[in-house]
Amino acid sequence: MSRFIRQLCAVLALGLSALPVVAEPSLLNVSYDVARDFYKDYNPLFQKHWKAVAGESVELKQSHAGSSKQVRAVADGLEADVVTMNQASDVDFLADKGLVSKDYARRFPNNASPYTSTMVFIVRKGNPRAIRDWPDLVKPGVQVILPHPKNTGNGRYTYLAAWGFALGQPAGNERTAQDFVARLLQNAPLFAAGGRDATTTFMQRKIGDVLVSFESEAELIAREFGKGEFTVVYPSLSILTEFPVAIVNPVVDRKGTRKLAQAYLEYLWSPAGQENAAQNYLRPRSPEMLKKYAEQFPPIRTFTVDEVFGGWSKAFPAHFKDGGSFDQIYQKK
Amino acid sequence: MRPLFGPAPLLPGFRLALGCALVYLSLLVLLPLSGLAFKASQLTVAEFWAIASGERALASYRVTFGASLLAASINTVFGLIVAWILVRYSFPGKRLIDALVDLPFALPTAVAGITLATLYAGNGWIGRYLEPLGLKIAFAPPGIVVALTFIGLPFVVRTLQPVIEDIEPEVEEAAASLGASRLQTFVRVLWPALLPALVTGFTLAFSRSIGEYGSVIFIAGNMPLISEITPLLIISKLEQYDVVGATALAVVMLIISFVMLFVVNGLQWWAATRHGARAAGGARR
Repeated sequence: MSRFIRQLCAVLALGLSALPVVAEPSLLNVSYDVARDFYKDYNPLFQKHWKAVAGESVELKQSHAGSSKQVRAVADGLEADVVTMNQASDVDFLADKGLVSKDYARRFPNNASPYTSTMVFIVRKGNPRAIRDWPDLVKPGVQVILPHPKNTGNGRYTYLAAWGFALGQPAGNERTAQDFVARLLQNAPLFAAGGRDATTTFMQRKIGDVLVSFESEAELIAREFGKGEFTVVYPSLSILTEFPVAIVNPVVDRKGTRKLAQAYLEYLWSPAGQENAAQNYLRPRSPEMLKKYAEQFPPIRTFTVDEVFGGWSKAFPAHFKDGGSFDQIYQKK
Repeated sequence: MRPLFGPAPLLPGFRLALGCALVYLSLLVLLPLSGLAFKASQLTVAEFWAIASGERALASYRVTFGASLLAASINTVFGLIVAWILVRYSFPGKRLIDALVDLPFALPTAVAGITLATLYAGNGWIGRYLEPLGLKIAFAPPGIVVALTFIGLPFVVRTLQPVIEDIEPEVEEAAASLGASRLQTFVRVLWPALLPALVTGFTLAFSRSIGEYGSVIFIAGNMPLISEITPLLIISKLEQYDVVGATALAVVMLIISFVMLFVVNGLQWWAATRHGARAAGGARR
């Protein structure tokens, strides 16, 4: 018995002394919910790349949940080396807390967003309600499915897309835009809990005539429910959705992983990273890659949150904070 | 040292056990609660009132507490029947049904919500028969009641079962042999014994429902002023990084729940003493 214990101790001691030698650097990427597939494909690409350039293997850990929940966790001490989000307002929150650089959007190209997407319409097979553009969504009797505009990123983008469209019409102003959005929301029989819930409600429970969602989501619907089950409609104008990435300064400084984190995010703009985006139906920034996958990304006229709303830091309080334009729509009655 | 009040306890270990209990409760319950109160106290009274009495907030209290009350009432009636059957009768598959009762405890609430929404949607197994009758369950307030009924059921059944087990069938037989009708047996003999456990079960199911979020949001429809529950408004505040506003709403919920639980416990105490007094009076006679 005592011999067994002695052996056990010896093994443990050996194991402990060996640990620091075998421990490979690790990186925690805290991300939004539906980025799971993207980073599941991206991480092995980066690991191979890092092995080739730095000769060291690296452990990559992922965490996915609702984006604002994720940044609150980072602010509360979750040891994220990098954050990869689907809305600038979430990274802005971390910038306000001093966890990421104030100018994070300029630390990487393209507003620190390695890929983009846009909001499109998904309608029933053959488009029976003849939905072509935003005005068709506010017609009486048309049912629109979207996630909660105040509580979900997906819903907020839909809301701002409709607002921006109405604002861009001849004689469009804040007032007509709010009326337009109010009529659209009146056509919503429910507000889904999130993007995926909206998809389930539309595709599986067959509720509604049109689902407004990310272009990238359409491909996932095709995989799940079959390509012939629905038609994707591109409106005449939509919103460009950006997915900002940033380094969490105090964490990488403490762990000594800044170089690695920088490389991890930079590699998103490499041909391999850009191609991975395209393969996940996210619009790559690289013009060559966009051309290569032109078939799956039809040209669409878009505007950014910065152009029409002066950035998320203005759009969020104006529309989605308590008392903002969304709440006003529901207080008129 | 003797305890502060009353005679020294006969059983040893009182002080150790009390100390353990106090530390445990403080860490798990009191500390988070005081943190909540502390956060909420960063608001002025006027700010707090503005958040707590907003139009949307008031509507959400009505939805949350109304649906919880209804769901707990439904569970009290049907939970009593389920518990009675499980204790008093034996039939094939009884063990299975007994195990099924615990399912709402174990199932992740989001899964429950999504499943219920699929069942009660217009093309679901149940919804397709109800919707032609004009009964819209999923994505309407009745859907909230359905979800809360589902998660609350085990609380009533599990509270009642041991109590029913304690009522021996001989008691009913004695009542019958003394000339009591079936109704009299139920009202005068069984009901007083069941009532405290029923009230406890109701209270547990009700409190659980008030805080429920995961299952409800998938079936409620979440329309402002119509089917928004208070926990959704709290999440909505957190989405705006307004932690203080969220705690204000949480404090309101806590206060309302506390008052309701206090009233229910008072009722229970009143019923127990009344019944006790009557039983004692009967014995004297």
